[in-house]
Formats: sequence, structure tokens, C-alpha cells
Amino acid sequence: MADVLVFDKVSIDYRGKAGVQRILNDVSFSIPAGGSMGLVGESGCGKSTVALAAMRYLPRGMTVAEGRISVEGRDTAGLSDAELRRVRGNRVAMIYQDPMSSLNPVMTVGEQLMEVPLLHGVTDRAVAFQRAVAMLGEVRLPDAEAMMARYPHQLSGGQQQRVVIAMALMAEPALLIMDEPTTGLDVTIEAAILELVRELRSKFGAAILFISHNLGTVARICDRIGVLYAGRLVETGDIRSVFHRPAHPYTHGLLSALPRIDARGKGARLHPIEGTLAAADRARPGCAFSPRCPHMAPAECVERSVPMVPASPAADHLARCARLEAVRKASQAAWRARPPAEAEVDAPILLDVRHLTKNYELGGRFGGRAKRVVRALSDANFQARAGQTLAIVGESGCGKSTLAKTISGLIPASAGEARLGDADLAQLPVDKRPRDLRRRIQMVFQNPDSTLNPSHSVEFALARPLKVLRGMGSGEAKREVARLMEQVQLPPDLLRRMPHQLSGGQRQRVAIARALAGEPDLVVADEPVSALDVSVQAAILNLLSDLLERSHVGLIVISHDLALVRHMADWVAVMYLGRIVEYGPADAVFRPPYHPYTEALLAAAPKPDPDAGAPTVVLGGAMPSSTQAIVGCPFASRCPRKIGAICDTETPPVRRFGVHSIACHIDLPPPAAGIRSQADAAAPPP
Amino acid sequence: MLRYTAKQLANMAITLFAVSFLVFALNELSPGDVARKLLGAYATQSQVDILYKEMGLDRPLIVRYLEYMGNALAGDFGQSLVFRRPVSELLFDRLGNTMILAAISFAVIVPLSMLLGVLAGMRERSLFDRAISVFSSICASIPEFAMGVFLLAIFVVWLGMLPGVSPLRADSGWAVWMQFVLPVLVVTFYDAGYLISMIRSSMVEVMRSAYIRTATLKGMSFRGVVAKHALRNALITPFTVILLQLNYLVSGLVVVETLFAYPGFGRLMLEAALSKDIAVIEAGTLVAVSVTMLTQLFGDLGYMLLDPRIRV
Ligand code: SF4
Ligand code: SF4
Repeated sequence: MADVLVFDKVSIDYRGKAGVQRILNDVSFSIPAGGSMGLVGESGCGKSTVALAAMRYLPRGMTVAEGRISVEGRDTAGLSDAELRRVRGNRVAMIYQDPMSSLNPVMTVGEQLMEVPLLHGVTDRAVAFQRAVAMLGEVRLPDAEAMMARYPHQLSGGQQQRVVIAMALMAEPALLIMDEPTTGLDVTIEAAILELVRELRSKFGAAILFISHNLGTVARICDRIGVLYAGRLVETGDIRSVFHRPAHPYTHGLLSALPRIDARGKGARLHPIEGTLAAADRARPGCAFSPRCPHMAPAECVERSVPMVPASPAADHLARCARLEAVRKASQAAWRARPPAEAEVDAPILLDVRHLTKNYELGGRFGGRAKRVVRALSDANFQARAGQTLAIVGESGCGKSTLAKTISGLIPASAGEARLGDADLAQLPVDKRPRDLRRRIQMVFQNPDSTLNPSHSVEFALARPLKVLRGMGSGEAKREVARLMEQVQLPPDLLRRMPHQLSGGQRQRVAIARALAGEPDLVVADEPVSALDVSVQAAILNLLSDLLERSHVGLIVISHDLALVRHMADWVAVMYLGRIVEYGPADAVFRPPYHPYTEALLAAAPKPDPDAGAPTVVLGGAMPSSTQAIVGCPFASRCPRKIGAICDTETPPVRRFGVHSIACHIDLPPPAAGIRSQADAAAPPP
Repeated sequence: MLRYTAKQLANMAITLFAVSFLVFALNELSPGDVARKLLGAYATQSQVDILYKEMGLDRPLIVRYLEYMGNALAGDFGQSLVFRRPVSELLFDRLGNTMILAAISFAVIVPLSMLLGVLAGMRERSLFDRAISVFSSICASIPEFAMGVFLLAIFVVWLGMLPGVSPLRADSGWAVWMQFVLPVLVVTFYDAGYLISMIRSSMVEVMRSAYIRTATLKGMSFRGVVAKHALRNALITPFTVILLQLNYLVSGLVVVETLFAYPGFGRLMLEAALSKDIAVIEAGTLVAVSVTMLTQLFGDLGYMLLDPRIRV
């Protein structure tokens, strides 16, 4: 059977103000009918351009300079407008990141679904309606008929993405292109959507082009994979060959930069890829990766163009590297896992949080409506310890950011206390805190731009807290700034730069240096790396763990990424609907007995392993709104292990296993000595 | 939505009372009293005092206000000092004239700017888009009086095709409908320029959005995408602004009305203000405030109809 999608030596140029730039360079791959191919790469690698090119929907200024793209055997460049319209939505359909913005806000879901058959041959609205209802059922949306009359904003993020998937499948296309379809969704919803895609794929037999920055999601969906770097395909092959025997140094780098949830414990060092992708790398005649590659040899890599060559005995496993043999030998020697470090449970307590609670009051938008209370945080209890990392995990809306903001004084708590030494942070908004207390707690945000003033140089940003919080003079501050820069591994010539002249990773380093400038006791980091690419992320994580090891700073890290938490945390608090449902040392939390919610989160987290199989538990539904008063267990509406009415009516007891506590009605067995955790049983990393 | 409307109407009534009281009180406090004005500078103080009593001006402010409002609700806004006519009659005439001018202009401006704005915005940076953008920003930046003088020079002085004044009287030598042409033209150029660029930028933003891409990649034609997906979204933001033009057209046409000697509401208010014609000012303010609040209400309601996200 003919291939559904073929890219044959495709190059795409962008003609902009800065001249012509090559966005894609000599990209070749094909997807057979029913096959699935994943494209991975970091931001700017050109992966979304591939998707748009396949649809012949390139942004203004971009043109296919060389090569051909064919869909079901037909060159798309030769299609007339009418023919193109018959292909789009009908033979090839697309699913996008951010479903909310890809649905028309002023049309009902039903109208938007019915459009597809009505555009492609169906004339009877009743028929179109029936098909739409049926398809909503296929994507497991409850009460399909009622769903038809809803507007997109009335659905949750997961439901919206299901609607987009239904829309794409309406015409039973031969090829489904998915561009980051689960980015921005919570892990449990992501897992459910990926399962749905897998299921529908076998049912409808559509081929899939799956584009993602997340190796874990690709591993779950695809049987082939292509790795893009600077607009070039650097490695393609069967998913198992590439994951188990990565040939190209970049692929290698991506895989070993990834924190892994199946790690044996905290502490194994990540291997970041040094450097960043520079704009000039796209135009390099030789290997685009050469400036960052540890195996680079000028004669082979830089001076002549590097073609795709067979990378392993497996059929179709190709890599664009001139020194495969040398790379293979070197990387076999490189992998050495550090023995897991035992958490020191008895490090001195820095921050002692008891019964911390935060309620917001909301009025109706046009007044008049009854006030509602949002219970953002209820009765949180935990401790942060000097020199250790406490991770707070949960899905969006679970209250983890409220917690961070309460501790840092950005919002006042409603009740409870948070003691740092003899000060109660819960009652002290940041502007009422004495200077010394402000110095002792510092924040690092997901987006460093919110802390760095765009009109101040790096030097100014770092010197200011030194002068204000530590009362240093100019000369002393200057020396200290230099030391801080060295600590966060930034070259001193960046001091004069403005924040916008730095890369995302560099900005985050500056933000960290700034947080450290006051010599704090406690740093609160809210999703510190989730806006960064994998390779940069690893470097920042290593930096943080080094800094912690050297100083006795306590770190509270807020994250939705369990792999990252596994990698960094000594202590973990799992939050759901404003409550901490499980709390304890990381090794205990990541090993049975689990709280049912922790278990579901662990199962849902995408693992960069093609053999990981389907998650054992997939949560349905979404987190209920925190405006309703909770009777019983907050997780009862979604809990796969719910034991009965008692969960709905009675607050679950807190079961303690030493310092590890779980709030659940299930009478959990204590952890048996010698039992290997689920994580331990998984395959060791490559 | 009904509840919202009822509530807004109630709010409106309260605001009107408050405004009317405020205007009433302010006029009382302003220098120069009514009796003196009526009798002229040469009347003796005792004459003034007598009239003052006769007019009941010695009673407390609140009593007089209530009496005024009672009459007003019955349609009697008192006498105009300058025109020596009942204010209600005067207002009715002038407001009627203004309404005609406003209605014609509105009927020209809105479809014109929607058409041009949408056509320009649907293909950003096309030749047509650039032409329209230049045209609309020129129109919006020329003040009304300059545009008026310019058009007068062409059509009246040079071509002699149209009348230079629009008193709306058949005996002025020109058919009444021809007297509307120039005022409408001036208002249109000025106001449409602004609306076009507003609608255009809203359309441009919509055309860049992800749901337009979704619609295109469903296999829909460009026309279909514009008509079914872009249009309604592109009109949401400009909608309130379009309705706000009614305010301008009813109470903001002073310059155009003066320029063409058009007997309208704006000019009436100007004259009343200049000659301290209190009864007219009071009634006129109430009219202007009501118009503003009504358009606001219609704006909100239309907004809700267009955008399901903010339905109450
Ligand atoms: S070609 Fe050379 S520089 Fe490029 S990846 Fe291979 S070894 Fe590294
Ligand atoms: S208390 Fe019941 S509903 Fe809650 S987590 Fe335990 S089993 Fe599930």
C-alpha cells in the first residue's frame, strides 16, 4: 500500500526582514497507511513547520524551496485550491496544542463538528448531526446530545481536546497530524487522551504524525520516531531502536537529560546538553549540532556536509552523524548511576507549617449573585528542612501555587501558621515582613521575566538585593555579583546584558542567582523549569542540586512533573483540591502503599520507554470545583479505589507509617521490608 | 438576560435622578440669578425681589427640585428664557432634526465601515488592506471643521452642486434632502475612518487566531471561513464602540451643526450654555445622559448575544 505521507528531501525557507532563513533542511521520512511516526525536538527545531507543510498551510513568507511533499501519492504542490480543500479535513486532519483557542468561541460544539461532514459531501444536516453525536460518543464524552449544544468555554480542557479529536476523526481521515496535543493538560488528563488516541487509532486505522517535545508521550503512541535538530532530521528509526540504542549524540543527550520517574532514588545526575541552539547553526554546511557536540572532530563534522547513514543493524535506523562508531564507544563508558542517597529525615526543621488554610471569596460578575467561597488550601501540614528539598505535586488547581504564594507572603493566609524560626509567615504579607525575614525567603518563578525588570541589566538585578537586603557597598556588591555569576555558571560578560538578550535558561539562572543573593534560608521555586527545553532543564536542575548540597538552604519546589520530583525531592507532599493527601520522604511516597491519587499520578506520568505499556490506572473526569464544600474524601468523585459510601460521607483518617502519612479510608498495609517498589521493577535507564 | 435588563433600567432611573438633581443644584449655585436676567440690568433690586418671590425662587431647593421633576415627568420642562418657548417643544424640534441626521449618518457609517474594515482585515497587508488603512487614518485624523470647510470649498464654492447651509427649510432655495448631503458626508468621513480602523484590527486579530486555522484546515473555503467563523468574532469588540457612535451622533455634532447652520440638538445646547438658558440646559443634559445610558445598555445586551462567553 502506498505511503500516506511522504517528505522527500524537503527544505523550507523563510523570507523575513533578516533575509532568507532555512527552517527545514533536507527532511525525508514517510508514514505508511496505519503507521505512526513521532517527531521530537526542542523549541525552534522546525517540528511544527513539518505539520503545517504537510497541510500545505505554511505561514506567510515560508516556501518549500526544495523537495516534494505527497499525501496519498499526490504531490501537494500540484493541488488546485478545490483539490486542496478536499484533502484538508477529509484525508488529512489536524489536532493542535491548546484546544481552547482552536475552537471557535462563539459557535456551539455541535455546529463545529457538523461542519466537517457538511463540507465533505454530506448534504443532510440530520445525517451530519447523527454522525457528530456518534463521534462524541467515540471520544468518550458523556451525554453527547447535550454536549452538541455547548460552547467551548463551558467544557474543561480535557473535554475540549476530545472535541477537537472528534472533529478530526469526523471524516475518517487517512492521516492524523497531532501537534503537541497534550501539552498544557494535566498528567492524568494527558494519560487519558493518549489512551483514547491509541484506542481510536486501532479502531479507525488512521496513520499518525505525532509531534511533541515530550519523549514520554511519543513513546506511548508511536512506532517510529524522528528527531529534529535545527531543521534537520538527525535520527530516524523504529521507536525501540532509537530509545534503546540512540545513535546520534543529540538523541543521546535528550534521553539522558530527562529526569526519570523510574529512577532508583534521588540524586542521579542528569546529563545536560551544553550550549544552546544558535540561529547560525541552521545555515552550517556541516553538522548543525557540532558546536554542542562532545564528540566533534572538525575534519569530519564541520567541513563537509553530513549525510544520513545506517545507525544500527535494525532496518531504517538512520542517523546524521559522521562519527557514529566513536560516539557509540564513548557513550557506553559514560553511563554510571550514582547510588541512591538516603534522605536524612532528621535534618533541622526550617519551616513548620500547621493547619494552613486559604479561602477566597468570589462575587458574581455582575454583582448580585451570591458570594462563593473558594477553598484554595485547607489545613496543610508539613515541614521544610534545611538543606533538603520538599516537592509539592498535584494537578493544576490543586492549591500548590496558593501554598507557595502564602509562604512567600504574596497573599495572606486565612488561618493556620507557618513558622520560620520565631516569625509566623502566615500572618505577615511581604510588605509587613522585616527586611531580614524577606532576605531569608526567596522565590524563583516559572517565568523569570516576572521577577527580572526588563529595563535593568543583569548586574543591576543582582546587585540590588545585595545592597538592599545585605547592606553591601558598591565595591563589595560587585565582588559578590561576580561570585554569584560563577555559582550559577554564567560567564561574566553577561552582566551588562538586558534580560531580553538572554536565553530562557540564562534568565532562569539569573533568577536563581538573584534568589541566592540574599543568602536565604529557604527558596520557594514554582515550576522552575517547566518553561524550558529538556536539555536546558537538566542543567538548571543540576545547578539547583549542587547549590543545595553546598549550602544549607531549604528548597520548596512546586511541580506537576513527577519525574522531576523523583529526581530532586527528599520530601514530597501530594495535593488534591487544596489538601495534602499524602506526605512523607520521597522514597516512601514513590513506593507502596500509595494514596490512590498518588498511584494514579504515577501511572499517568509519561515514561520515555516504548515498552512501558498502557498506564494501569487512568483517571476519568476532572478535579471538581473548589467552591463546593467537601464532605468526606476530596478525591471521592474520581477515585478508582473508592471503597464505598464512607468515602463520600466521612473525612478519611490519616494513616501514619512513621513519618509517612496517607489520608485515606483504605486500610493500607504497612510497607513490607524488602518489597521492591514498582519503580525498581521497571527497566533500568539506558 | 431579562433580569439584567430590568436591573440596568432601574440603575438608569436612579442615575437620571441623581444627574438631574446635580444639574439643578449646580445651576442654582452658578452666578447671575434668573430673575435679574429676565428683568435686565436696569431693573431695581426691589423689582427683582418681587419677581424672585413670584417665581417661587425663595422656596428651599429640594421643594423646587421636586416640583420641577414632577412637571418634567408630565412632559413640562419649563420655559426657555432665550427662545421664549416651552423647552419641551424646542427640544422636540431640535432633537427630531438631530435624530434624522444621526439616523442617516449611522445608516451610512455602520455598513460602510463594517464592509471596508472586514475586507481590509481579512487579508492582512494586502494592497487593499494598505489602501484602506491609509484612507481611514487620514479620515480619522482630519478634524470635522477642516473636513467641512474642505468639502464646502469643493461642492459649494467650486462646483456649486450643493447648498452651503442646511437650515432644513424648503424656502432656502435648495431641496431639503440636498441640505443633508454635506453634513452627512462630513460626519461620515470623520467617524467612519475611526470605525474602519477599529474593525480592521479586530478582524486581523481574529484571522490570526487558531480557530481560523482549524476552520481552514477542515477544508473550508476562504469565503466560508470569513463568513462563518471570522465575522461574528471580529464584530464582538467593535460592537460596543459602534453603538457609542450614537452618543456622538446625538450630542456631539456641535461643530457640524454650527458649520452648516443646522438646527440640531448640539447647537441648541451650545446656545443655551452660552446664554445661561437654565431650563434648556437641564432638560438637554437629561436627554444626553439618557441617550448615553441607553446605548450602553444596548451595547451590553448585544455584546451578550454575540459572545456566549459572557451570557448571564
Ligand atoms: S557529526 Fe560530529 S559533531 Fe555532528 S553529531 Fe556527529 S560527532 Fe557530533
Ligand atoms: S478515602 Fe476513599 S475516595 Fe478517598 S482516596 Fe481513599 S479510597 Fe479513594
